[in-house]
Amino acid sequence: MIVLEKRPQPSKAWSYATPLVAVVATMVFGGILFAILGKNPVEAIGTIFWEPLFGEFAFYYRPQLLVKGAPLVLIAIGLSLGFRAGIWNIGAEGQYIMGAIFGAGAGLAFYPLDAWYVFPIMVIAGAFGGWLWAMIPAFLKVRFGTNEILVSLMLVYVAEQMLASVSLGLLKNPEGFGFPGSRNLQSYESAHNAELIAGSGMHWGVVTALVAVIFAYILLNRHMLGFHIRLTGEAPRAAKFAGVNPARLILFCLGLSGALAGLAGMFEVSGPSGVVSIDFNVGYGFTAIIVAFLGRLHPVGILLAGGLMALTYIGGEIAQSQLGLPAAAIQVFQGMLLFFLLAFDLLTNYRIRAARSEVA
Amino acid sequence: MKFTTLLTSAAMALGLASGAMAEDKTKVGFVYVGPVGDGGWTYEHNKGRLAVEEHFGDKVETVFVESVPEGPDAERVMTQMALEGADLIFTTSFGYMDPTINVAKKFPNVKFEHATGYKTADNVSVYSARFYEGRAVQGHIAGKMTESDIIGYIGSYPIPEVIRGINSAYVHAKKVNPDVEFKIVWAYTWFDPAKEADAATVLIEQGADVILQHTDSTAPQAAAQEAGNVITFGQASDMSEYAPHPRVSSIIDNWAPYYIARTQAVIDGSWATVNTWDGIAEGMVEIGEISDSVPADVKEEALALKAAMAAGEYHPFTGPLKKQDGSDWLAEGETADDGTLAGMNFYVEGLEGEIPQ
Repeated sequence: MIVLEKRPQPSKAWSYATPLVAVVATMVFGGILFAILGKNPVEAIGTIFWEPLFGEFAFYYRPQLLVKGAPLVLIAIGLSLGFRAGIWNIGAEGQYIMGAIFGAGAGLAFYPLDAWYVFPIMVIAGAFGGWLWAMIPAFLKVRFGTNEILVSLMLVYVAEQMLASVSLGLLKNPEGFGFPGSRNLQSYESAHNAELIAGSGMHWGVVTALVAVIFAYILLNRHMLGFHIRLTGEAPRAAKFAGVNPARLILFCLGLSGALAGLAGMFEVSGPSGVVSIDFNVGYGFTAIIVAFLGRLHPVGILLAGGLMALTYIGGEIAQSQLGLPAAAIQVFQGMLLFFLLAFDLLTNYRIRAARSEVA
Repeated sequence: MKFTTLLTSAAMALGLASGAMAEDKTKVGFVYVGPVGDGGWTYEHNKGRLAVEEHFGDKVETVFVESVPEGPDAERVMTQMALEGADLIFTTSFGYMDPTINVAKKFPNVKFEHATGYKTADNVSVYSARFYEGRAVQGHIAGKMTESDIIGYIGSYPIPEVIRGINSAYVHAKKVNPDVEFKIVWAYTWFDPAKEADAATVLIEQGADVILQHTDSTAPQAAAQEAGNVITFGQASDMSEYAPHPRVSSIIDNWAPYYIARTQAVIDGSWATVNTWDGIAEGMVEIGEISDSVPADVKEEALALKAAMAAGEYHPFTGPLKKQDGSDWLAEGETADDGTLAGMNFYVEGLEGEIPQ
């Protein structure tokens, strides 16, 4: 008989080991999946993890890792603060969309003015858009005690409709022959979030993501507010005695995560994407939830996890075109990562023991 | 600009490399917006790809990436294909337009073919099919067969291609049934079985007994089958698994001849930028078999209509036609020009509701 026994204290060792064990397990079971599909598992896994970093065309893929990873990290950092305090913002995708709409909208309002202040205004507008969208569930929770998980999630679908609406109307490119989608911000220099060094993949969104990592680290470890966030998550009653104002904490956590998601959307729309279109959002807001947990809600962990997720996306595409792996198999592979993480997480709080079965 | 140089030199190195290998295979890449198993749009493009493989055998190698979001991801996938030595890349969704142009600039030696777009370049062609010709046949059958006089239409996005289809179907349904009414639901997706099923159900509940769809999954067919007395048409692909009822006919996109011809052009070195818009006459648009659920006389008329379009004797948009607001569009006997059709953003007279703006 094998029994699970609750640990008196969560195991520190396991909490660090879980992500690594999960990655290894994903490789093993993903390899089995690829083998069943008739592909060489070693080659497939090698392609996914090796090719983007050290393959023949790594000079192109490495910068792309930054482009793909930056929005994930930026959003996940914001989410992790709330998650630590038990405040569950599931609607980052919607805040990401609103950030893009506000940011691009601000930029397009100035079109074709050429001025240095256009881009900073777009940054502020993007953050504001995301913040505003997150304030809805925050306000409803504080005022009426609604569930922020449901409200923030539902608002994603509202944001998607707004996106369709502005792509077809308000922000539609007047020179687009009636097709939906805005002007391309890449060709409007004052609003273009261009690469800071050509070919490096480094745009303002990447810089902001790195700054956010440092900022979150300091907040959590050196600041009273960070202490309150951690305390609320770990010991809600103690937090109350320590004088934590739950309403203020909710507003802060949701607002900040919304603003960061909004920034991610704004940097994406003004840089790599360039266009507000109906299909602008591709799920960064949801994937960031995986990234946040994979990174143990720790800023540095999130940075690494974001890189890993980006790697599986880019490597997955290479595996598709080189080896003919179906896209669905790659998605299963990514899903396994979260699944195994949650499964092995059990070992942080429980230990497995062989118990002698008593004969009755 | 350093990056561009880097890419170009890499591409050139590759070009040289593949040139050095002389009779090396021609590599053709395909970027798909949906999964190859969608049973509709992407499925047919993939059939075209398989036809290329079959036709050229060992001389050509094809690669594809499916379910690629329209945006920076598409740009990366195309770049990746070009880096890995693709000579010709088909990008098969409207939203790939700007990414295709961006990547084409970096790889002047690679040829690109973008489906349903309007931006061309020295190494970018565009191609599309006159689906509205097929819609005319559908409209005719739908107008004849509806008993409730309500025809449901699942639109994907309110873009010219979709609006053209609605107008064409409506004009021909109205011609044979003056009482006919169109109910249009916008799904804002090309492929989402759950949303498409919801849309179909809503339309059926509102009394529609014919469902036309401009989305790619078979979910509306399934919803119609469940409802019983509702007929549908296959979209992009034959969807014959729902024949003879509810699916009574279909529009099939046949990309294979075009893909083979363009690949041949690359092999011969005769590839040049073109703007292709082919219809029933050229075989790019096919009408799937009209099933026995359709009365014989209606079937005959539909086939005659198809034959007239194939022979170039009839244009689906022939005057007199008015716009929805009552203003004149086409005079008696006048036919629509391609420019107006390409950017069509208005309904014809009689359609209700507004195009979402």
